[in-house]
Amino acid sequence: MSPSEEAGTPPAPVRSVVSVQAVSLSYGKTRALDAVSLDIPAGRMVGLIGPDGVGKSSLLSLIAGARVIQQGQVEVLGGDMADARHRRITCPKIAYMPQGLGKNLYPTLSVFENVDFFGRLFGQGRAERERRIGELLESTGLAPFADRPAGKLSGGMKQKLGLCCALIHDPDLLILDEPTTGVDPLSRRQFWELIETIRAGRRGMSVIVATAYMEEAARFDWLVAMDAGKVLATGAPADLLAKTGAANLDAAFIALLPEEQRAGHQEVVIPPRPEGADGEIAIEAEHLTMRFGDFTAVDDVSFRIARGEIFGFLGSNGCGKTTTMKMLTGLLPATEGKARLFGQEVDPDDLAVRRRVGYMSQAFSLYTELTVRQNLDLHARLFRLEPQAIPARIAEMAQRFDLADMMDALPDALPLGIRQRLSLAVAMIHAPDMLILDEPTSGVDPIARDGFWQILSDLSRKDNVTIFVSTHFMNEAALCDRISLMHAGKVLVSDRPAAIIETRGAKDLEEAFIAYLEGAIGTKAAPAAPPEHQPVSATSDLVEEWAGKVATDGGTKFSLRRMFAYTRREALELRRDPIRAALAILGSVLLMLVVGYGINLDVENLSFAVLDRDDTTVSRDYVLQIAGSRYFTQKAPITDYADLDRRMRSGELSLAIEIPPGFARDAAHGRKVQVAAWIDGAMPVRAETVQGYVQGIHASWLTQKARELYGKSATVGDFQLQIRYRYNPGVESLVAMAPAVIPLLLMMIPAMLAVLSVVREKELGSIINFYVTPVTRLEFLVGKQLPYVALAMLNFLMLTAVAVFIFRVPFTGSFLTFTFGALLYVIIATGMGLVISTFMSSQIAAIFGTSLITLIPAVQFSGMTDPVSSLQGAGAFIGRIYPTTYFMVIARGTFSKALDFADLWSAFVPLLITVPVLLCLGAVLLKKQAT
Amino acid sequence: MRAANVLQLGIKELRGLVRDPVLMFLIVYAFTVSIYTASRAMPETLNRAAIAIVDEDQSPVSVRISTAFYPPYFTPPQLITPQEMDARMDAGLDTFALDIPPDFQRDLLAGRAPTIQLNIDATRMTQAFTGGGYVQSIVSSEVSEFLNRYRRASDVPVDLVLRSRFNAELNKSWFGAITNVISHITMLSIILTGAALIREREHGTIEHLLVMPVTPTEIMVSKIWSMGLVVLVATSFSLTVVVQGFLAVPIQGSLALFLAGTALQLFATTSLGIFLATVAGSMPQFGLLLMMVLLPLQVLSGGVTPRESMPEIIQVIMYAAPNTHFVMLAQAILFRGAGLDVVWPQLLALAGIGTVLFLFSLQRFRAFLR
Repeated sequence: MSPSEEAGTPPAPVRSVVSVQAVSLSYGKTRALDAVSLDIPAGRMVGLIGPDGVGKSSLLSLIAGARVIQQGQVEVLGGDMADARHRRITCPKIAYMPQGLGKNLYPTLSVFENVDFFGRLFGQGRAERERRIGELLESTGLAPFADRPAGKLSGGMKQKLGLCCALIHDPDLLILDEPTTGVDPLSRRQFWELIETIRAGRRGMSVIVATAYMEEAARFDWLVAMDAGKVLATGAPADLLAKTGAANLDAAFIALLPEEQRAGHQEVVIPPRPEGADGEIAIEAEHLTMRFGDFTAVDDVSFRIARGEIFGFLGSNGCGKTTTMKMLTGLLPATEGKARLFGQEVDPDDLAVRRRVGYMSQAFSLYTELTVRQNLDLHARLFRLEPQAIPARIAEMAQRFDLADMMDALPDALPLGIRQRLSLAVAMIHAPDMLILDEPTSGVDPIARDGFWQILSDLSRKDNVTIFVSTHFMNEAALCDRISLMHAGKVLVSDRPAAIIETRGAKDLEEAFIAYLEGAIGTKAAPAAPPEHQPVSATSDLVEEWAGKVATDGGTKFSLRRMFAYTRREALELRRDPIRAALAILGSVLLMLVVGYGINLDVENLSFAVLDRDDTTVSRDYVLQIAGSRYFTQKAPITDYADLDRRMRSGELSLAIEIPPGFARDAAHGRKVQVAAWIDGAMPVRAETVQGYVQGIHASWLTQKARELYGKSATVGDFQLQIRYRYNPGVESLVAMAPAVIPLLLMMIPAMLAVLSVVREKELGSIINFYVTPVTRLEFLVGKQLPYVALAMLNFLMLTAVAVFIFRVPFTGSFLTFTFGALLYVIIATGMGLVISTFMSSQIAAIFGTSLITLIPAVQFSGMTDPVSSLQGAGAFIGRIYPTTYFMVIARGTFSKALDFADLWSAFVPLLITVPVLLCLGAVLLKKQAT
Repeated sequence: MRAANVLQLGIKELRGLVRDPVLMFLIVYAFTVSIYTASRAMPETLNRAAIAIVDEDQSPVSVRISTAFYPPYFTPPQLITPQEMDARMDAGLDTFALDIPPDFQRDLLAGRAPTIQLNIDATRMTQAFTGGGYVQSIVSSEVSEFLNRYRRASDVPVDLVLRSRFNAELNKSWFGAITNVISHITMLSIILTGAALIREREHGTIEHLLVMPVTPTEIMVSKIWSMGLVVLVATSFSLTVVVQGFLAVPIQGSLALFLAGTALQLFATTSLGIFLATVAGSMPQFGLLLMMVLLPLQVLSGGVTPRESMPEIIQVIMYAAPNTHFVMLAQAILFRGAGLDVVWPQLLALAGIGTVLFLFSLQRFRAFLR
């Protein structure tokens, strides 16, 4: 390829930086990329354009090496990305910023900590990191916010931070996936200026950007237009315009689409509003203010919107648009000021006003588990339409919004554009006088967007519906009757779009908006200073470098710095997440107390009562024998069988004794007498214990009586059975349980925390940093494991303290041996967690899965109740290989049996073997790319 | 609050649940397979207890004792030397070690009442306690049978007749089945309502509901009745088909009365589910919270071990938990056939706790929606 559009750009190598041959990618049944072939020229600013879901992100993630190539060939920087060795060499030269505001950032970490983490991942020393971070934060204007958590930054700032993280290691190829979506135009402009400066300072760096904003794309060197997993066209913006004969890229893109998709498409034309229609005021806001704590989200906003008007709200994410809309609908009560709808003040508790308003929130927010028809039906009923009128109304909406063919489909199966139509249909089901639409067309392709605006136009002009719509697309804003520009909670200006452009003397709406923004911020934002540091490699012949053998900076060797980068970050994150930290620190102690007190096998204070039909000194003596034992507590005497029955049914009595009439007399005469004992069998274990106690007491009463009657000789038995309860002379439950519960809890909770630490990253998207940076699997695993090992050891000390000081379990053996055993054991527990995490993808599955995998073997097969030697079959096999078995021996041995290392060494051997086995297993199973 | 809205929203919840295969599987599994297997797997107290014998006598009576221990209660006894005994017990290989002294038989026949020593590893509570009794009675009966060939034992004048009521054979699987039904009722009702709320929040649909003419109370009540109903239906199915049918556990009292009690319990636990979901905010955090709440609720309520043996303070605290009252009620009705005259205090307590939890959760829920 030899594009002629190179004139004016820096002397670029003729080679392509990325070469894609027949690449296809499917997610299940969905085909994201369909035999794409493409050569992307080096040293340029290349744009990927197209609506959401056409395969832009998939293509970029393949180029970045973050995703496994399913079919075809991807060559980046002169090597095959399917080759793991080439990926290891090239990944320090590629920087990848995935889609989604701050997706690869860590929201609880501060700005500095985020960039610092990336610096460590690329193996930079402390001095180098501080110098680079200082420069990057300075040039992006983030320096004053270095200590602010990333989650609390505005969209524009998050993107700049993302850029800092991407640029920390001087990449040759910068891949940006929709970096400016949802960012205000000023921040957007600053962002591109920043990229320009960086490119100027690092000539030859290639940049690939995916974007939904055609205005931005017009400024790039070279474009790739994509639709439905295919490349529609490539070339310089001017070429594309020339090829299609279109005036702007939006139109050019539509012209490039296949014929059948374009069918029926028309430019949106909104007829002007009839003069003098401004009579009734539909929406009125007076000095609306909303504060959340110290933060003022909306600051003194006032406007009036006439009936039938289309009023646009323009601003970046987080500027207060959504909050204002919520106040207007009564979702949020305003801190100050008033909102009126149709002259009536908005009252959150007044449901009548809500029936005049239709609301469509930012994200698609209909029930994905209900079909299109069920969604419409539910909303119709909630808005109290007459039941008999509902079917007709649904049919009418289906026809008007062109949904008739998919009434029984589930929303998830529909394309985004159709889902937005469904949302609008739902918002319109009760024929409201007013529609409030919060960014209704985000991510929708241009044709569907035009169709959507055509519907809005009809609603406004034909049905006189007032429409209040927010957007961050300038071309949509231009279609509104009037717009408000909003920034940082304030309305900058409210007027007709044309008037706004005119007042500012700007060339278009975007420029006018930027002018207003600069006015609002005060100083004209200083253009970013070029980064001072010079790239390490000579820029002119980067390409030569790719082709030749590239010296690697130890990317393959184990690096302690990269490992500790993960350790540090994990520890910081854990400290800032209250629920996880609480589970980590207090969870085990809480569970230990619960189990210690709950699973108590000592049965005491059992209630019993007597039906004494004899009532002699002998019978009273018999009763006293039972009442006197510490196991039983006597209740009021039983009066008759009915009383006995009722009290046993209610569970009041665990034991009822009936002594027959003539008991004393018959016993004295040596006639056979029977004492009856009824035991509550509802709880079989307790009943067995009661049985044992009663028999024992009965026997000792008999011995006593015999001694009274026949003298001492009568009591000498045939032989004696001397019972020694070893290790736990009092046969107390807690003494037996506590040392066994510690291994259980030290398995479950550390394993779960370790699983979550990886699965969280998978679910939130920051795992991508592991895919595209030089971190090796072992560094990642061990780095993540360390803080949890430390935490588990803290837990171990706390649990032991609970056992010794609260449960009063004597500790008799070697504490050092116990601690060493615990250390090995928690390394194993967290290691098992990491292995489990390789095949779990959602946090909730990880929580339940890990409980099952750890709890069942630890409780049932590790000798907690039944010793492993009494198990059979699979249970016995699991018991013999499960680490809890051996730590249980160590815990009991050191706690109760006064043992030390010399006695217990054989239990350490299996633990020592397990540690490296798990580590290797984790490293083998962990994937370095998304699949 | 409008009944029609509550009805419509509840129907929506049910439709949503039907389309969630994971939760549907969980419900079906919990109330059928899980209860069946848990009940069947309920361990007998003594199963293959490891025993070793030091036979220093090597006489007919000592051999007789050694051969009296066999599976399934005991493993075949290991015959060991006195020196091995301590080491084996330290390593946890044996739960019991029986030491028969030299000249045991001679002393026995001479009426010198020799002593047999039984060492029990008391760190193994379950086996130690019941097993100790077994070993004792086995040794006694073997010795007296041996002696009976030489002389007759004398009679005792007073007999103790023991009868277990409500479960004459002390069948543990009955207890296991019912206990599991009770704990699944609590677990599922909390998970279903909590997950239903978090799912709405994560999908942004809850916000959407609020711009419609429905109140937070209607939203919350609809979740409570729909998810409560699901668990109630699953419970009745489980009790009649799985527990009474497959497991053949007799249910003593009125099923209708028990289901009425269950409905009150569900009122309380579903409210608790909503409360937890408002605290957690996201599904994973909900899962972690659940672990920390569910276990104390179930273990300390008296469903697993008797309440009497817990410390006083825990017994008092647990009166505030709905489970405690529900367990009392369930055991009284299902095992002991108690009627309304017996269980009304529990019904009242459940209604009271439910109301408090409901009002508290409603307040939290309103704040959560802001």
